[in-house]
Amino acid sequence: MSALLEIRELCAFYGRTQVLFGLDLDVAEGGVTTLLGANGAGKTTTLRAVSGMLHMRGDIRFAGERIAGRPIEDIVRLGIAHVPEGRGTFVRQTVEENLQIGAMARSGRAEIAADVERVYGYFPRLKERRHQQAGTLSGGEQQMLAVGRALMLRPRLMLLDEPSFGLAPLIVRELFEIFRVLNRDEKVSMLLVEQNASLALDFADEVYLIETGRLVMTGPAQELRRDETIRRSYLGY
Amino acid sequence: MELLLHQVLAGLATGGIYACLALAVVMIYQAIDHLNFAQGEMAMFSTFIAWQLIELGTPYWIAFVATIAISFVAGVLIERILFRPIHNAPVLSHIVVFIALFGILNSLAGFIWDFNVKNFPTPFGSRPLLGTGLISSHDAGMIGVTILLLVFLYVFFRHTRIGLAMRAAAANPQSARLSGIRVGWMIALGWGMAAAIGAVAGMLIAPVVFLEPNMMTSVLLYGFAAAVVGGLTSPGGAVIGGFAVGVIENLAGTFIPYVGRELKLTIALFLIVAVLLVKPSGLFGRRVVSRV
Repeated sequence: MSALLEIRELCAFYGRTQVLFGLDLDVAEGGVTTLLGANGAGKTTTLRAVSGMLHMRGDIRFAGERIAGRPIEDIVRLGIAHVPEGRGTFVRQTVEENLQIGAMARSGRAEIAADVERVYGYFPRLKERRHQQAGTLSGGEQQMLAVGRALMLRPRLMLLDEPSFGLAPLIVRELFEIFRVLNRDEKVSMLLVEQNASLALDFADEVYLIETGRLVMTGPAQELRRDETIRRSYLGY
Repeated sequence: MELLLHQVLAGLATGGIYACLALAVVMIYQAIDHLNFAQGEMAMFSTFIAWQLIELGTPYWIAFVATIAISFVAGVLIERILFRPIHNAPVLSHIVVFIALFGILNSLAGFIWDFNVKNFPTPFGSRPLLGTGLISSHDAGMIGVTILLLVFLYVFFRHTRIGLAMRAAAANPQSARLSGIRVGWMIALGWGMAAAIGAVAGMLIAPVVFLEPNMMTSVLLYGFAAAVVGGLTSPGGAVIGGFAVGVIENLAGTFIPYVGRELKLTIALFLIVAVLLVKPSGLFGRRVVSRV
């Protein structure tokens, strides 16, 4: 069976600067793939390329359909929810409006209202703050809101860009517990970019390690966790 | 005392027009971060279309609604054809296109309908309202229509999905696109609505200033003043700014010696400078802070 997301020979550019050099990557249906590497290796760029946010070359397929070169909105509407770096909060809108915005690609008032409640089920703290301006939330709450907004799309694939960034350890644990539930119970596939390698290796099934835009190593997370040389030289723990 | 009350009410009436125009300016500013210098000419052109329809025998209110619809479509088309292709271009390119649009609409109106001043009908009549002499029925009608329009816009932006989508697209375009919102079309929709609001303002003010291709030049200046006073980032502020500018302009013209009718326009410019000096983001605007 072919993968849900297939990336082949991806080259990406910022202006004239090439950032990715022929990257191949798969996310299995229902699986969690993590992309690891140092700062500036091209992790965020890979996610942006999938969402259609930058100029790229190569082939990207989602559920067998070619998505490379399509507008962002069309890619999102296929069921790819991107939780971006910086969280993309609509700071002047309320928490609930932020969630409504996440459902703009869908129709059906009743279903959307039910999904808002579902998100509040995952993140009760958001429910307490539902009428508050989103800009007044703490970093952790804004990250929850970003995940909640993504869930409102009813995604098949989530692109998670450093969800643990800047958060207290306790909140990180809470957040990843929810990712686990989403993956297990709702069969949401995930492509995770993380600075925190040990966290990512614990959570993911497949690992891709990149260095300055090139693939260095790939394999099941269990194996890479055991391999001490790789851990020391690339993952730093 | 009665003179004061009279001037305040008259100020509120014209202030409503400034508020509409300021609102149109703010809507486009929110969407594309630029001031539409051609907003007044677009409104003027719409008013000529209404005049033409009425000349052809269309009843006033049908012409009114038809003009709003035509203006809406024209606004969308202007965005799609003129501004969509240059949406990444620098500020100056935008300004050049705005000025071009200003010139084209102005001379096109002169070419089609000539530069002679025309009468534009009012559906409210111009008799004093309730026989008090405080306010004319047209002035009262202007205030009424303005308030209706504002309530409609408030409900649209606060309580409809598409209104929320438009606010999201203006607040954070990148994040809005990642939520599947078609930001390009939201901007076009904003242009259409701005053009329609401008058309309402033009049709309401035309019986007062008379219809001719340059009728909106000074009105637009007041509209800009209103938008700056209220804050370019705040639609509600623009409305309050509009009413404030209308009242201040009238009171200054009446009660400050030497200002009279001739120096009234200076008041608008003075207000712009004063607000920019004291509170650059406007009375109700928010300071744009960006993290680097």
